[in-house]
Amino acid sequence: MGMTISEKILAKKSGQETVKPGDFVMCKLDLVMATDVTAPLAIKVFHRMGAEKPFDSGRIIFINDHFVPAKDIKSAELSQEMRDFAKKHHLRYYYEVGRGGICHALMPEEGLILPGMILIGADSHTCTAGALGAFATGVGSTDLAAGMALGETWFKVPESIKIVFHGKKPDYISGKDMILTVIGELGVEGAMYMALEFSGDAVRSLPMADRFSICNMAIEAGAKTGIIEPDEITLRYLGLESASEVQSGSERRKLPFLKSDNDARYARTLTFKVDRMEPLVAYPFLPSNVAKASNFKDIRLDQVFIGSCTNGWLDDLRTAAAILKGKRIHEGVRLIITPSTARTFKEAVAEGLISIFLEAGAAVTTPTCGPCLGGHMGVLAKGEVCLATTNRNFKGRMGDLESKVYLSGTAVAAASAITGRITDPRELI
Amino acid sequence: MKGIMRGKCFKFGDNIDTDMIIPVKYCNTYDMAELGKHCMAGYEENFAKNISTGDFLVAGSNFGCGSSRENAPLAIKGCGIQAVIASSFARIFLRNAINVGLLIFESEEASQKISEGDQLEIIKEKGLIRNLTRVETYSSSPLPEFITTIIEEGGLVGYVRKKLKGKQEDCLS
Repeated sequence: MGMTISEKILAKKSGQETVKPGDFVMCKLDLVMATDVTAPLAIKVFHRMGAEKPFDSGRIIFINDHFVPAKDIKSAELSQEMRDFAKKHHLRYYYEVGRGGICHALMPEEGLILPGMILIGADSHTCTAGALGAFATGVGSTDLAAGMALGETWFKVPESIKIVFHGKKPDYISGKDMILTVIGELGVEGAMYMALEFSGDAVRSLPMADRFSICNMAIEAGAKTGIIEPDEITLRYLGLESASEVQSGSERRKLPFLKSDNDARYARTLTFKVDRMEPLVAYPFLPSNVAKASNFKDIRLDQVFIGSCTNGWLDDLRTAAAILKGKRIHEGVRLIITPSTARTFKEAVAEGLISIFLEAGAAVTTPTCGPCLGGHMGVLAKGEVCLATTNRNFKGRMGDLESKVYLSGTAVAAASAITGRITDPRELI
Repeated sequence: MKGIMRGKCFKFGDNIDTDMIIPVKYCNTYDMAELGKHCMAGYEENFAKNISTGDFLVAGSNFGCGSSRENAPLAIKGCGIQAVIASSFARIFLRNAINVGLLIFESEEASQKISEGDQLEIIKEKGLIRNLTRVETYSSSPLPEFITTIIEEGGLVGYVRKKLKGKQEDCLS
């Protein structure tokens, strides 16, 4: 019996020939990541575990992204604890405000994620890295502390669900619409404890930004991870000529491009056609409440947010700029745009995208997770309605318990900022 | 820790997410008691005031979905809740609960039959949940053996402590 890509990675990292769903395995970790919200508790637990130094100072990544630039004194202290630890233990990958960005966008951009890797991150959207063919999953601070101390952790080998996308994707459809389709179909617990494997010709033709956006939201169907087999597009993104030689930081290692066997076992397979897919929106308060954007014409908006680890990529900013160019944002709406990393911000400036946003009347912020989770820079007041390109629309997620968040891809968000109500971007063409 | 736990329960539906359990505005601390003051504040702002030490949370499926924030099980422990009973738990929450020593019981039957305010008695070792109000008994799914080993080592902290100590001894010998 063959194995899926997820099973192959877990087998390899646990030193076994084969594994099957349900097995408990102890795996060596390639990377361990935490943010300013989760690292301080992990550090405390790390000490409580009796650990004196990290298993490898070159494999732990600390990123300031959630409450930064520090929104209050307590948040400043969280960053300080993380900074002190990073300095004391000479962590190779510590990212400060202004030189980093949102962890799930920053790690791939920095070339830290490579196919075949296994990584844990103390943030639920760590599964984003699966777009590069890595097995990546979110954990809490205690699991992270154990990972920092031992360089290994346990996993229950998940069953996999195969999601196949066929056909030629219309231009106005993005990876976000594709993953919303999947979550709408599976529900928020449909893939609980499982791995979602995305494949098919429509996935193979997607650029990395869309692939990241798809894997990012695997957790919203309850999945342990989302994963896409690496291919030529993955190689090109990593700046590599061949699959046999890959580079991470100053290290060169050989990592095989693992692929699922033809006879691999799947809990189920779901097939979707993308040819006639419509731009989608998830209405409050679950990401699985999915319907066509054109159904929401009457929903007036107070705020539109374009950014987050789901849709703050350079491709998203380009999509937004193409729609906003020469237009003004509706007078009743605030548009907040947050490039996901410092590099993306710089490139957006160089391409003239930021000027387009400012001319249109948007607020452009420094890279931060802030607005997505109601942390800062975009918190909603009572009764306010926001359309966001983020991944969660839980009750009170972005602020007051009586505020509402709708989710969409970037094109719908940009078009809606112009009209002041939820809008299918094709309406503006 | 042997024993029988008794208390009253608070009943919730499906998909209770981490934003409901502890909104991010309270997550700039990991102090358990402080977090406990705001437990379920994303469901109802002052909910924690209703909770007495020893109470239980009972919910439907996918309890704890959303963020990886360990503040969520810590907030539940911090406000004095003894255990959470649900028909299923979201994966990261399940791991976090085990790691911080928050007792959880997976039971579809208990989740369906228990009502708000029912008095419960849980026999931990057997995973048995007795509903004293309705005079009913429900069983819960046993935890996998691998997890029980970790719990027996005193949770993940104890497990890692032991493992690190073993490594040091290896170096000395």
